Amino acid sequence: MANEETPLLSVRDLQTHFYTDEGLVRAVDGVSFDIHRGKTLGIVGESGCGKSVTARSLMRIIDPPGRIIGGSILLRQERNDGSGQIDEIEIAELSDTGQDIRNIRGEVIGLVFQEPMTSFSPVHTIGNQIVEAIQLHRSMDDRQARERAVELLTMVGVSRPEERLDELPFQMSGGLRQRAMIAMALACEPDLLIADEPTTALDVTTQSQILELMQDLQEQTGMAIMLITHNLGVIAEMADDVVVMYLGQVVEKGTVDEIFYAPKHPYTKALLRSIPNIYQPSRVELPTITGSIPHPYNRPSGCPFHPRCPDYMPGTCDVDQPQTVTSKTGQEVRCFLYTEGAVRVDGSGNSEKEERQWSHTS
Amino acid sequence: MLGYIIRRAMFSLVTIFLVSILSFAIIQLPPGDYVDSYIAQLQATGTPVSEAEAENLRARYGLDEPFVVQYGLWMRQVLRGNLGTSMQWQRPVREVIGDRLALTVVVSLAALVFTWMIALPIGIFSAVRQYSIADYIATTIGFMGLAVPNFLFALVIMYIGWSVFGLNVGGLFSAEYELQGWSFGKFVNLLTHLPVPAIVLGTAATAQGIRVLRNNLLDELRKPYVVTARAKGLSETRLILKYPVRVALNPLASTIGYMLPFIVSGSVIVSIVLSLPTVGPVLLTSLVSQDMFLAGAIVLLLGVMTIIGTFLSDMILLLIDPRIRMEE
Repeated sequence: MANEETPLLSVRDLQTHFYTDEGLVRAVDGVSFDIHRGKTLGIVGESGCGKSVTARSLMRIIDPPGRIIGGSILLRQERNDGSGQIDEIEIAELSDTGQDIRNIRGEVIGLVFQEPMTSFSPVHTIGNQIVEAIQLHRSMDDRQARERAVELLTMVGVSRPEERLDELPFQMSGGLRQRAMIAMALACEPDLLIADEPTTALDVTTQSQILELMQDLQEQTGMAIMLITHNLGVIAEMADDVVVMYLGQVVEKGTVDEIFYAPKHPYTKALLRSIPNIYQPSRVELPTITGSIPHPYNRPSGCPFHPRCPDYMPGTCDVDQPQTVTSKTGQEVRCFLYTEGAVRVDGSGNSEKEERQWSHTS
Repeated sequence: MLGYIIRRAMFSLVTIFLVSILSFAIIQLPPGDYVDSYIAQLQATGTPVSEAEAENLRARYGLDEPFVVQYGLWMRQVLRGNLGTSMQWQRPVREVIGDRLALTVVVSLAALVFTWMIALPIGIFSAVRQYSIADYIATTIGFMGLAVPNFLFALVIMYIGWSVFGLNVGGLFSAEYELQGWSFGKFVNLLTHLPVPAIVLGTAATAQGIRVLRNNLLDELRKPYVVTARAKGLSETRLILKYPVRVALNPLASTIGYMLPFIVSGSVIVSIVLSLPTVGPVLLTSLVSQDMFLAGAIVLLLGVMTIIGTFLSDMILLLIDPRIRMEE
């Protein structure tokens, strides 16, 4: 994951908690990652692991009772005057209704999410909603904005864009709506496109079309993409870097090759094992990860994954939180198997060679 | 779309016909007729009535004919715009309710304006700031408004108005204007008398409006399109008014069907308590004395108003909800 360029966005130790009547939910609990211009960061994990809340934290659109209680979200932007000067904006410290964050929403960060059926207002035309997105950040009159909207729809491959603008969301298919949604998110050429499960609600053919579209647009505009999904196939196809999340924490982080060919964390390995393989014998039960995600109010002690972990070390994993360790190549993992001094009770442990590759960072 | 409107209009006409039969039948239901209660009234004051006189009266109003014939006679008159003569008042029905109808509409519209002026902002506010102290206060007051019977509230307000402010509450005009014809002074006088009945009549509806709007809006506020709009960089006020409030108002348009008859009849009991010269009290006395033409006219009017109201709310929904418009 080594990248010489300064990242567009750096998230450090982000904590977003929900204060509900039933108790505290640590939806995002100390997450760190970088997003680079022109690259795609994939965020993967089971439902409820904090992927979407992480994404929404970046735009400060978390619904109450959720709140960012710690950490930093640093956005780096080149100044408009051509001086090449980089401005740093601390998103985590902005007011979530103020003008500053509203200038970032839509203008710097665009959002596409999973329900193309309900992400448009049912009683306003597609054109009305796209034109609004344009006019919020660009001083264009109605006619100019409409022309721009036609341009956007053409760019995302919507046929007869002029007519489509006057249609209502329910008159369009899911795939078309998702294209329109992407067009709207790209209305002001954002530096970062957050796509929160953009293809989950679509059929397989449409899925691949939408993914291809996003790749093409990235090549054209050089924007960064943060792609959230639980579909490892999508990650393999799209992502440059991958963050694996479990219960609000990053358990492993690396390049897409590292994650797929040299996974370290038992959770990542288990996720990869559970992908059906076309070469495996038929009528064999697919491997699953034992157990299910713990209830958010009932978080396990120590490493949150230990009750489901095949490499669980009693006395270590259920007592302490593992620290993040980083390899020479930059791959990060948060697991006691890779921390120095951890000894497995059954004595198998890791080979010495592997052990030496890893060192403490935190 | 035109087909949809015509179909709706046809349904409405058929329903009006059924309602007219039903309202006539209901008025006929109680045992005896107007002549019976008239005789009873006269006898109570010591004036005996002979059988022949009673029969004469019955023949004059067609009360001795079978139901179908009576209904036919009545409908023929109604279709010609003649609502018949009130037996009790000995005047044409139109004269009896005409003035009161106008005043009822004025009072009810005032109540409606009051209702929505209060219910809209409070409903939106308490949804957007759900579980805030202000929301709890609005909710508590709302439930109280819903639970306290209107007539009791009317009595309390009248008492407070009389004992604290020394006002003579009740009625729509001061004594000096009561019997005068219309003048600017009388109009101003009416305006000063309107707030109390408007508030009393509107309180329950306001409370209900706050609850309905709050719940509709809470549903809408969680929809993804709200997040989409927020993610564009829209300011919170503009966002809430343009999207979720707009969608949350749709179900309210369908309540217009029930508002129209309310506008015509007002509230019977509150009108009696506040001695308002509206249609409500007349309906009550006409039912008690079995004044069938008067009662029939009012009940028919209410039924027709409900149907027209429903038709109107269909048309309004057609205008504001493109989904209905497009399905046709």
